[in-house]
Amino acid sequence: MNTMTEIPPAKTALAEPQAPPVRSKGALDHVIYVLRDNPVTLLAFAMFAVLMAAAVLGPSLVPYDPLATNASEALQPPSAAHWFGTDNLGRDVFSRAVVATRLDLLISVAAVALSFVIGSALGAAAGYWGGWLDIALSRVLDTIMAFPLFVLAMGIVAALGNTIENIVYATAIINVPFYARLVRAEVNIRREAGFALAAKLAGNTDLRVLALHIFPNALPPMMVQVSLNLGWAILNAAGLSFIGLGVRPPTAEWGIMVAEGANFIVSGEWWLAIFPGLCLMFAVFTFNLLGDGLRDMVDPRRRT
Amino acid sequence: MLTIKDLAVSFRTRRGEVNAVRGVSFEVKEGETLGIVGESGSGKSVTSYALMRILDAGGRIKAGEAVYSGVDLKRASERDMQGLRGREISMIFQNPRAALNPIRKVGHQIEDVLRRHARADAQNARAKAIEAMEAVKIRDAEARYDAYPFELSGGMCQRIVCAIALACDPKLLIMDEPTTGLDITTQKAVMELVTELIRERSMSSILITHDLGLAAQYCDRIVVMKDGAVVEAGDPVRLFARPQHPYTRKLVDATPREGASIRELLPAEVRTPEPPRRISDEALLSVRDLVKTYAGKSGPVHAVKGVSFDVKAGQSVGLVGESGCGKSTTSSMVVRLLDPTSGRILFAGEDLAKRPAAGFARDPMRAKIQMVFQDATDSLNPRHTSRQTIAEPLRAMAGLKGRARAERIEELADLVGLPRPLLDRFPHQLSGGQKARVGIARAIAVNPAFLVLDEPTAALDVSIQAIVLNLLVDLRARLGMSYLFVSHDLHVVRLLCDHVVVMKGGEIVEQGPTEQVMTAPADPYTAELLEAAPKPPARDAA
Repeated sequence: MNTMTEIPPAKTALAEPQAPPVRSKGALDHVIYVLRDNPVTLLAFAMFAVLMAAAVLGPSLVPYDPLATNASEALQPPSAAHWFGTDNLGRDVFSRAVVATRLDLLISVAAVALSFVIGSALGAAAGYWGGWLDIALSRVLDTIMAFPLFVLAMGIVAALGNTIENIVYATAIINVPFYARLVRAEVNIRREAGFALAAKLAGNTDLRVLALHIFPNALPPMMVQVSLNLGWAILNAAGLSFIGLGVRPPTAEWGIMVAEGANFIVSGEWWLAIFPGLCLMFAVFTFNLLGDGLRDMVDPRRRT
Repeated sequence: MLTIKDLAVSFRTRRGEVNAVRGVSFEVKEGETLGIVGESGSGKSVTSYALMRILDAGGRIKAGEAVYSGVDLKRASERDMQGLRGREISMIFQNPRAALNPIRKVGHQIEDVLRRHARADAQNARAKAIEAMEAVKIRDAEARYDAYPFELSGGMCQRIVCAIALACDPKLLIMDEPTTGLDITTQKAVMELVTELIRERSMSSILITHDLGLAAQYCDRIVVMKDGAVVEAGDPVRLFARPQHPYTRKLVDATPREGASIRELLPAEVRTPEPPRRISDEALLSVRDLVKTYAGKSGPVHAVKGVSFDVKAGQSVGLVGESGCGKSTTSSMVVRLLDPTSGRILFAGEDLAKRPAAGFARDPMRAKIQMVFQDATDSLNPRHTSRQTIAEPLRAMAGLKGRARAERIEELADLVGLPRPLLDRFPHQLSGGQKARVGIARAIAVNPAFLVLDEPTAALDVSIQAIVLNLLVDLRARLGMSYLFVSHDLHVVRLLCDHVVVMKGGEIVEQGPTEQVMTAPADPYTAELLEAAPKPPARDAA
């Protein structure tokens, strides 16, 4: 390689007219730009910040111990002392709803991360190499998709045992096909793209071409899927808890709280179920709004 | 008939208002064909879209006048415009396949226009559509009526688009790069058909193109545009012989034409003598009886049927043919991205055809054979900066790291004339010529002995093409590389290559020294190719 340093510099005569300089922007500038450009994204990120704050700081901020019972204060309607009222055991619903954020986010983020990784690997392999691998994988994934998702998750949790890890696994498995299909399609259309061939010519093995050149280009649409899925995953985890197959009492979790509170709606104590339900809605709504903004942030083409 | 005065069009964008067209004036007389020539971004297409009032969202006519037969196109209501479009003014778009609805039979698409403008009713629509197809010389129109666009060739699709455009006997036809992406013989056939129809129906027309040669051949008058303004207008022969404006002069110079050497494509003030180079007598690459057969749904498809040719060390060989002739398949096999069905690829004495393409990335020969791709945009990873792109082969094949790699990247940037600050830009922030330079820098990064150039200038403007071709000439002399130049354009091949191989239907029909093939083609197909290329008028000695 040293022989090349003897090459004299190119003649400037061949320079073509220069385009006006484009100011290169850093990643942070770009994030700020995306937020400013789209007020909905800004709102979504503000809501996300609230959720994160509740998850991280919640347990140390709430006014009451979420597990402490107090029989004398049972079933109190919302008041200045108890913003969301109290439940049948006298526990503060506000404290419980805030503390539950961490657990619910953990379950959904872990499940989505797991399905993202597994689904991406399977989908990328199927899309890149095709052939029998593609056929076999696609049929397996189609089979998973053919099950009513919630029933499948119920089956998995019932079979493996009623623990938080198993809820995560169950939620992850039912989401894998969505990622795998998306990645497969995105990889497939880029398999023969010029830049993939060029990467091969540059001495990259197939695996490197796939992992470092083709797959990152599938990220923008994946981000939309991730954020939508976070919403579904929260609903799914809460749903499992609601029917008694998830987190077990007395742990604070939105699904159980809604399930327990549901018994009291008939007798007029609406606050037990409504507030955790609203929290659930808030979280799902946040993630659904987040998608487009996330996509714009991971797409370098938007940085102009 | 059509008068445009001080037309200005602007677009609202993220970075404020962009003036795409600033004060353009011209007129089209009855029965006249006007050529609007300019490079990408000159505002030539936007001008025509403004006339049809089909500007993209955010675009508007800011100032000026556009009057067509007494109708003010700027103020006409959308309703009036709908009546005008197709019936009075019609348009042929750049990509015929994109202009047709892919899931509707072509016959029905012609009927749609006829019925929209009440030229036909449900009973006679079919007959009239077939009549329109016959008018554009589609053979067996009755059968083609039921075809979908994907079942037809590019040239045939463009004929359908012409049939749609001409179905309602418009008075003015706007053609926006009607033959870009078509083969050279198809281009000739389509242009001659359209010219004939225009003359027959005594229509006026506007031909928008980047190809000065094409415009000169088919237009009565030419308007040259640059940066949204008209820089020169006039008779094509005069424009070529004595261009007034420096930009027109540059365009005329850069248009490949008979008798001009590669250096003469550049503006006179930057011309330098062509660097000397040495062509060895020994073959660096010998392709022998190369065959590629694909298993198709209806029997095997013979893409390449036993081709043999040599490339000597230091020599540049042109591989010429139209789309589907097997030239790209051949070059893919030579560059070892594709395994041949049979045959030998002898490179420096070793048979590379024996080494499977799947594992060739790790082969020591990988660094010796590199490629510059046709579409610079498609061949650059949209998520990588120029620096990362050029670093790829250096990392994987030369094992360069850290400072040494950074220095080599900057050296390569200097070598291909890419300004260093552009190294940190993403492909979408670069112009076409700059992207081509990045692609070339990546290909020559590890000092290959042999470079396959797959139509590296096909997507570039002529002035940029001239610069890139000359860059390739300089690099080949400086680095002692051999080229296999794949192209459909014999005139471009002539500029760069010592030897030409002409392919048709997967076979070589003729090969020999460039001058011989160009001046005395032995095969009728070669003659046809040469004949089909537009012939720009001669340029007066400057």
